[in-house]
Amino acid sequence: MNSIIFRSVSRLLMGLMLLFSLFLLWRGHNEPGGGFIGGLVAAAGLVVYGLSDGPKSMRMILRFEPGAIALVGLLIAAAAGILPLLLGLDFLTGLWLFIGATATDKGLALGTPLLFDIGVYLTVVGGVVGMVIAIEESL
Amino acid sequence: MSQSFPLRTGFLVGLFTAAALSSWFVMQVPEISAGQAKTLIVDWVPRLGVELAFRLDGLSLLLCLLISSIGALVMLYTSGYFKTHRDQGRLQWLLFGFMLSMLGLVTADNVLLLFIFWELTTITSFLLVGFDHENRKARRAALQALLITGGGGLALLVGLLLAADITGTYRVSEMVASGDLLKNHDAYPLVLTLILIGAFTKSAQFPFHFWLPNAMAAPSPVSAYLHSATMVKAGIYLMARFQPALGSTDMWFYTLSIVGALTAVWASIMALRQTDLKLMLAWTTVMALGILTLFLGSDVRIAALAAMTFLIVHAFYKCALFLVIGNVDYATGTREVDKLGGLAKLLPITTVVGMAAGFSMAGFPPFLGFIGKELKYEGALAIAEEPYLIAAAALAANAMMVAVALAIVIRVFLKGKTTSDREAIKEVPWTMWLGPLLLAAAGLFTGIFPDMLAKSIIQPALSDVLLIETTVKLSLWHGINVPLAMSIATVAIGTLLFIKATPVRNNINEVMQRWPITGDRVYQLALSGTERFARGLTDRIQSGSLSQYLTIVFGVFVVSVAGVWITHRVPLVLTDLTAVPPLALLVCILMIGATAVVAVSRSRLLSICALGIVGSGVALLFLIFGAIDVAITQLMVETLFVVLIAAVMLKLPEFSGKEHPGTGGSMRDASIAIGCGVVMALVTIAVGVSPLDLSITEFYEAASLPEAYGRNIVNVILVDFRALDTLGEVAVVAIAALAVIALVTVRTQRKTPEG
Repeated sequence: MNSIIFRSVSRLLMGLMLLFSLFLLWRGHNEPGGGFIGGLVAAAGLVVYGLSDGPKSMRMILRFEPGAIALVGLLIAAAAGILPLLLGLDFLTGLWLFIGATATDKGLALGTPLLFDIGVYLTVVGGVVGMVIAIEESL
Repeated sequence: MSQSFPLRTGFLVGLFTAAALSSWFVMQVPEISAGQAKTLIVDWVPRLGVELAFRLDGLSLLLCLLISSIGALVMLYTSGYFKTHRDQGRLQWLLFGFMLSMLGLVTADNVLLLFIFWELTTITSFLLVGFDHENRKARRAALQALLITGGGGLALLVGLLLAADITGTYRVSEMVASGDLLKNHDAYPLVLTLILIGAFTKSAQFPFHFWLPNAMAAPSPVSAYLHSATMVKAGIYLMARFQPALGSTDMWFYTLSIVGALTAVWASIMALRQTDLKLMLAWTTVMALGILTLFLGSDVRIAALAAMTFLIVHAFYKCALFLVIGNVDYATGTREVDKLGGLAKLLPITTVVGMAAGFSMAGFPPFLGFIGKELKYEGALAIAEEPYLIAAAALAANAMMVAVALAIVIRVFLKGKTTSDREAIKEVPWTMWLGPLLLAAAGLFTGIFPDMLAKSIIQPALSDVLLIETTVKLSLWHGINVPLAMSIATVAIGTLLFIKATPVRNNINEVMQRWPITGDRVYQLALSGTERFARGLTDRIQSGSLSQYLTIVFGVFVVSVAGVWITHRVPLVLTDLTAVPPLALLVCILMIGATAVVAVSRSRLLSICALGIVGSGVALLFLIFGAIDVAITQLMVETLFVVLIAAVMLKLPEFSGKEHPGTGGSMRDASIAIGCGVVMALVTIAVGVSPLDLSITEFYEAASLPEAYGRNIVNVILVDFRALDTLGEVAVVAIAALAVIALVTVRTQRKTPEG
């Protein structure tokens, strides 16, 4: 689609959607959002960009092979499961770090569920974008 | 050069392992023959009762000695036979693998382990028979052997599992020692049938015998090792092993006797027909296996003794003869008995070996074959039920062996002249005559001094078959008795058959041409029938028409769900629609309108956009009812879907109005679509009727924050409570995406081979 308006807007839109997707990923544990939704939003943003600029430029900004991104995501999710195994806990047990916790406030809560969610996010982005690129390139 | 390093390693590793194992087994003889079995047990999958349990007792030791020592000799032979063959390395590795599987089979003490080794020998046999894979006949024979013995293996597995269930143990040794438990069980006929199908297919018993002669497409050393000395004895081993647990019943006796006798007699007739020496030997092997089965049918001590002795006799002479025929083939380039003759001067060592092995086969004294034959007659006459029938079958088979042995000794080596296109016929290298020479010598040595063999090897094996302490004495001279008279008759009939070989062959051929049915033909019909059926089914189901696939999928959905609805008489109660927020009703009306547009529109883009409205409407409904996460997901999926479909659809030609050939097309599609809609509506109403179980929801609401530190229950479920499910789902996403990428990319590359 060779429309200059769409092309300028699509970049802006992609940037916003990618940021928003990270926001969704981060807040997912407490507010609506999460890795799956975040991944879909990011993929939608990238696909919009791909519509205006073509699959080639989509590959360029991804820098990595989308299939590889999906597999790395899968590995990260699996790692979040294996980590507690190393401590003798069950597979996928949540491990938590409370940074700067006080008696009343639990501070910054970081845990393996977040790591797991990042894996889900990457898998969804890589998988969806990979399929779209492949289909667009075949047309 | 053809013999690079890795090819040579296969041979060296195989040979040294076989030799080492063979010596180790020899060293175990004193302990085992004293009645002490050796065991080795390692846990493998304890929850499933699978353990690496091995047990070396008298019966196992007998077979282990044969497998490892003949294995070493055959590997040595192969190194000469295939000296310049580029695939010798592969063959040697396969032989080595087969030897280990076979040793595993006869020492496995866990039924599942036994089955695994059983199938491993089937697979290695498949690869070995199909060694000459550029030859169509070899490929067919390999597949046939695989299908028949593999199929029998599956029956065996079921039989063994049933037996394990009845006896409550997976250990072979405990099962064997379980007395009459199996025999008195109601399922005994089934267990016995299944296990015997396994044994009969492996040991080429009628009506599964035909794969063995076909397997002669394998190279000579393979035939010598697998199809005469070891693998085909696996079924015999199985029957001998399980005789204490399954034998001594009428069903056991009659099945084994009849099948064994039928196999032996039929194979005798077929052997007389052959002019190819190797096929002649193959049919006599089938016959020998029939005889072994016949003698395992009875629990009379002397019959079992005859079986055990003949097992050894046969392994010695038959393996040697196969290798001798291999030598003849190697030196002259032919195996046709009519083209061969007078090889004694040209191949002196091979001739000596061939004569020694042939005499053992014919049962002439002082070879071990003579003792074997006398024992067979003694055993047959000792069987109370049908002594004459069994003796007659044994007599016919033995006479045949005399005829075949004479054909080899006299027609190939002594009389006549060879017509061969080879310029000079030379004796084979030492690697190729040493093995058969040792085997033939063993037949002679043990014939003259049978006591050592009897005490140290046959006696402990026999004790394991009969589960009683027994003493075995073997001797050449039994005195003047009925077996001796039968021996003389055997030689007379055999000689007559040999002299009249050509007319006999012609007569049999004449009958066989009109013979309506053979196992091989039945196999071929079954195989091609299966192929035809599969092709027809595939053509029907996989027509390649997308609209047909969708029709089937949605049609089945409508019919099955509606069927459940009607048969279960689900009450149809409409919920109070006034409780629905007006905004939701508005969205619903919008969706209905969009659906109508999809159905009637003639523009693809319009249809896709309208479909997008339907999907977004669903997302809006989720939003209205408070499921924000689901709403966002739905919206995103919908967006991506519309974008993708639009990208694909826009490349297609315009609607031509001819998408539905045939008049009923759109009516059919419409009725399926309406049916789907109605059924889904009914399901939704039914879900609303049944009361909601909120206990799970309440658990998550209560546990989410304190246990998983998250307030968004949906996400906490996804990444914490049910993270394993999510892990599986994302794995599916990744794999599906990779599959789509691969499929699409392959298609693109096929379209433009340069790009």
